Amino acid sequence: MADVRYTKDHEWIRLDGDVGVVGITTYAQSQLGDVVYVELPAVGKRLEQGVEAAVVESVKAASEVYSPAAGEVVAVNDALEAAPAMVNEDAEGKGWFLKLKLSDPKQLGALMSAEEYRRYVETIA
Amino acid sequence: MNRQTRPAEFGGSIPADTFTGNRALDIEEALVFEIGRPEVTGVDIETPADFSPRLGLLERKPGIGLPGLSEPEALRHYVRLSRKNYGIDTGMFPLGSCTMKHNPRLNEKMARLPGFADIHPLQPLSTVPGALALLAELGHWLRELTGAAAVALSPKAGAHGELCGLMAIKAALAARGEARSIVLVPESAHGTNPASAALLGYRVEAVPARSDGTVDAAEVEKHLSAEVAAIMLTNPNTCGLFERDVVAIAEAVHRAGAFFYADGANFNAIAGKSRPGDLGIDAMHLNLHKTFSTPHGGGGPGSGPVVFSAALAPFAPVPYLVCDAGGLRYVEHAGEAEPGAEPFGRLTAFHGQMGMFVRAMSYMLAHGGDGMRQASEDAVLNANYVRAGLQDLMSLPFGERACMHEVLFDDRWLEGCGITTLDFAKAMIDEGYHPMTVYFPLVVHGAMLIEPTESESKASLDLFIATLRDLAMAAKRGEKARFVNAPRHAPRGRLDETRAARRPVLRWTNPPPQLNEQ
Amino acid sequence: MRYLPLTPEDRTEMLSRVGVRHIDDLFADVPAATLRAPDLPPGKSELEVERTLAQMAARNMAAGSVPFFIGCGAYRHHIPASVDHLIQRSEFLTSYTPYQPEIAQGTLQTLFEFQTQVAMLTGMEVANASMYDGSTAAAEAVLMAHRITKRRKAVLAGNLHPHYRATIATVSAMAGDEVVALQPHPAGAGQHFEIDAETSCVVVQFPDFYGHLTDLRPIAEQARAAVALGLLVPPGECGADIVVAEGQSLGNPLGFGGPYVGLFASRQKFVRQMPGRLAGATMDAAGRRGFVLTLSAREQHIRREKATSNICTSAGLCALAFSIHLSLLGEAGLTRLARLNHAHAVELADKLAAVPGVAVRNGHFFNEFTIRVPGSAAAVIEALARKGVLGGVPVSRLEPRRPELADLIVVAATETTTAADISAYAAALREVLR
Repeated sequence: MADVRYTKDHEWIRLDGDVGVVGITTYAQSQLGDVVYVELPAVGKRLEQGVEAAVVESVKAASEVYSPAAGEVVAVNDALEAAPAMVNEDAEGKGWFLKLKLSDPKQLGALMSAEEYRRYVETIA
Repeated sequence: MNRQTRPAEFGGSIPADTFTGNRALDIEEALVFEIGRPEVTGVDIETPADFSPRLGLLERKPGIGLPGLSEPEALRHYVRLSRKNYGIDTGMFPLGSCTMKHNPRLNEKMARLPGFADIHPLQPLSTVPGALALLAELGHWLRELTGAAAVALSPKAGAHGELCGLMAIKAALAARGEARSIVLVPESAHGTNPASAALLGYRVEAVPARSDGTVDAAEVEKHLSAEVAAIMLTNPNTCGLFERDVVAIAEAVHRAGAFFYADGANFNAIAGKSRPGDLGIDAMHLNLHKTFSTPHGGGGPGSGPVVFSAALAPFAPVPYLVCDAGGLRYVEHAGEAEPGAEPFGRLTAFHGQMGMFVRAMSYMLAHGGDGMRQASEDAVLNANYVRAGLQDLMSLPFGERACMHEVLFDDRWLEGCGITTLDFAKAMIDEGYHPMTVYFPLVVHGAMLIEPTESESKASLDLFIATLRDLAMAAKRGEKARFVNAPRHAPRGRLDETRAARRPVLRWTNPPPQLNEQ
Repeated sequence: MRYLPLTPEDRTEMLSRVGVRHIDDLFADVPAATLRAPDLPPGKSELEVERTLAQMAARNMAAGSVPFFIGCGAYRHHIPASVDHLIQRSEFLTSYTPYQPEIAQGTLQTLFEFQTQVAMLTGMEVANASMYDGSTAAAEAVLMAHRITKRRKAVLAGNLHPHYRATIATVSAMAGDEVVALQPHPAGAGQHFEIDAETSCVVVQFPDFYGHLTDLRPIAEQARAAVALGLLVPPGECGADIVVAEGQSLGNPLGFGGPYVGLFASRQKFVRQMPGRLAGATMDAAGRRGFVLTLSAREQHIRREKATSNICTSAGLCALAFSIHLSLLGEAGLTRLARLNHAHAVELADKLAAVPGVAVRNGHFFNEFTIRVPGSAAAVIEALARKGVLGGVPVSRLEPRRPELADLIVVAATETTTAADISAYAAALREVLR
């Protein structure tokens, strides 16, 4: 099982070689409610760690999704355009947002493990 | 069977407790595209004598597909649709921050006088002295009520007025050789404030409120710097409270070389009582559709004149009126401005919402200065009466203090009931009320903002209070069905907004769009 | 005061229920020094208000009372009596933005119908629930083009309405965007657009300010009078990406410039970059079709400083008037109406061209064209007004800094223009120019 790391802003990133798959957590989607649209970046865009990478819209809110690490966008999940509900149904699987070719995989070391994130969510819930 | 009572042709179905789907006066109405036909028309138009068209090669091919209705069909279509709307004339509409006060029909009659309704914005000014006189009179009343030096009448709505005010501020700073980059906006502000500032390239910095729901002058002071162009403050604020530090805030803002923009959405609490100019504001828009009773019309048209202090007056946009010894002079181009004036530009093609100006003038003449003051006092009294009637059952986020023209509750009192602010609002619909504003301002959890306005009688308020008390007690008793299934008696039950946003159907098409598809 | 239901006794009782002695106790947070009565006259009876305002109105020369030929972005059309009756239905007039859709289906369904009508007329895929007016819609269209292309330069055709040009230029200058406004060319020949890597959009008006019908197919963008769309190729078919128009021509009076209704249409793929409200179809809890405001995550009340626009209202009631008028006309009526407008304009052009010294500048036009007169056009228009003829707009009213345009008048005719009006105009012009 590939290592998944988490941010305080409720993004996850799963490392697959030097490419990281990014999405929002199951907890985040539960807080947003029904996701109606995901605005994804252009493939080829370079993102710094912590900058806005995507926007996820529910009926009554729009939230920014920040890049968990620096890198170049090499793929986005086009399927979300027709089926944004996938974010609600499978946030940490089929509901992924984008793939990043990481400039510095070591950045992930500073993010939370699954267990640390679980405890973090407990503190804010 | 009447074509007009057929069940809808696309999407959805009509429950079959009647053959037609109608329920007495509540009649289902199809789309005009489902009942009209392109060859039908409700307007008889003469046929011109033969002539040679001069359209060149750009004549349109037939087949737009626009349906027409005969006159009786049209009347029925729109009258039936109108009956599915709740209006101020229907009942109490306590929508906080929106000021749903009585819309006098005299205003409508005056706006339709041919001398106002049937004049062209570009006919020679020599042929419209009465229109210019009306602009002058309106400007005089607005300046007197606000204590301002100048007024720009052309902004088309409140948010357009915000742009106007911020543009004047930007121009005034530029004239000083400064290009400041930050606008301060309290967290409780209307969304238009940060949106307007951002549109002009400003960085928006949020100012938190203190625990009593108002902005602390000392907190503002901390945010001020040589980079701050302006603060945008709504007063009374969106929590229904008067910003008691307003004078100190104005002084601090001015000391920092910045300007004070006031969002006048809630001016109806103090019109005729206190003049914002005396409180130190530099610019403020006035929503004629709120304080001055022009109709909301299902969401417009609005009208948002902006008043300016002497410091900003020279930068007001064209067109504007100059009243001097020579009489009225109308300035339509920057090049015609008087010495010292530097209009920042133009906001719209013509002179602003003249139809709304006439209505607002009619409202002000009817009230007079004394009536305006009485209206503000009654609006504040009514809101406090509602507060006093509900505060033991519902929770006030900032304690049991007096409010201005609207009272804000949060949802702490609903804790553990399994009922949300939205459920509570929908249950009010079943009781014959339009709900209050919900989930705004954002600074309060599950906000319920009630603005009764001065148009409600004591008897009306008593029934409203009794109804909300009954609902509140039912909620606390855990009678969930009355709330989560509401509204049960409206033309429609709760509508699926997720479906609407995920698969937007924004127009009718032929063949019809499929709503049932998932 | 007749609009205020509370009696003095009510007020006393209510103050005591609230727990204060005097109304000013509720204004305790307002600095006491500023609590003072305004210096304004006392209230008036309904009869007195009516008298005062009717006297003001009577000083204006109403369009319907004289031969009238003014256009330039606002047109005098006949409004069927049922339109004005229907928009004064309490439930349309006194309702609010449909935030509670269960009790606002009337407004929401009419908005959905309006959006569809606008999209059909303009030949576009989607339209919003309306903007303030044509000029502000044009400025919003430029901002939208900047968002889509991530470029910040707009090129404005020379024959764009000068006040639309100024409206766009003001917003652009203040927002830090670039605008290149080309020179007017009243003779109406094609114009070359310099489009570079920074250019986000080209703004073209059709028919243009001087009434010319230029084929937009080589370029793209922007319309004006909605009635013209009954007879002319829609901008959507010419490759426009955003179409805005002034919708006043249908259902709305001249009203000295407002309130009007801005039409705003675009392509489906750009819908999330559009400003303004959108109504959409959905279903209710019982499976019945209904309508809601949708895609609101674009808007200021949710997105705040990241919204597509700061706009918070539409032109609701004006859009309703537009929609009712268009439903009454239908395609058949609209086509006939447009044809009658054109016929009257052709007759007017021929009659004016026969006046010594007058030259019509347009080969092709719809219901509006430009004439050249000897000397000052503004003086000619003033002289005509003294004779009781409102003869058009001298271009110098809108372009005071271009002396080369000072002899031009833009003249319009609609279905309301009679043969007698046209003869009166020609005769008066003949006298003025003598």
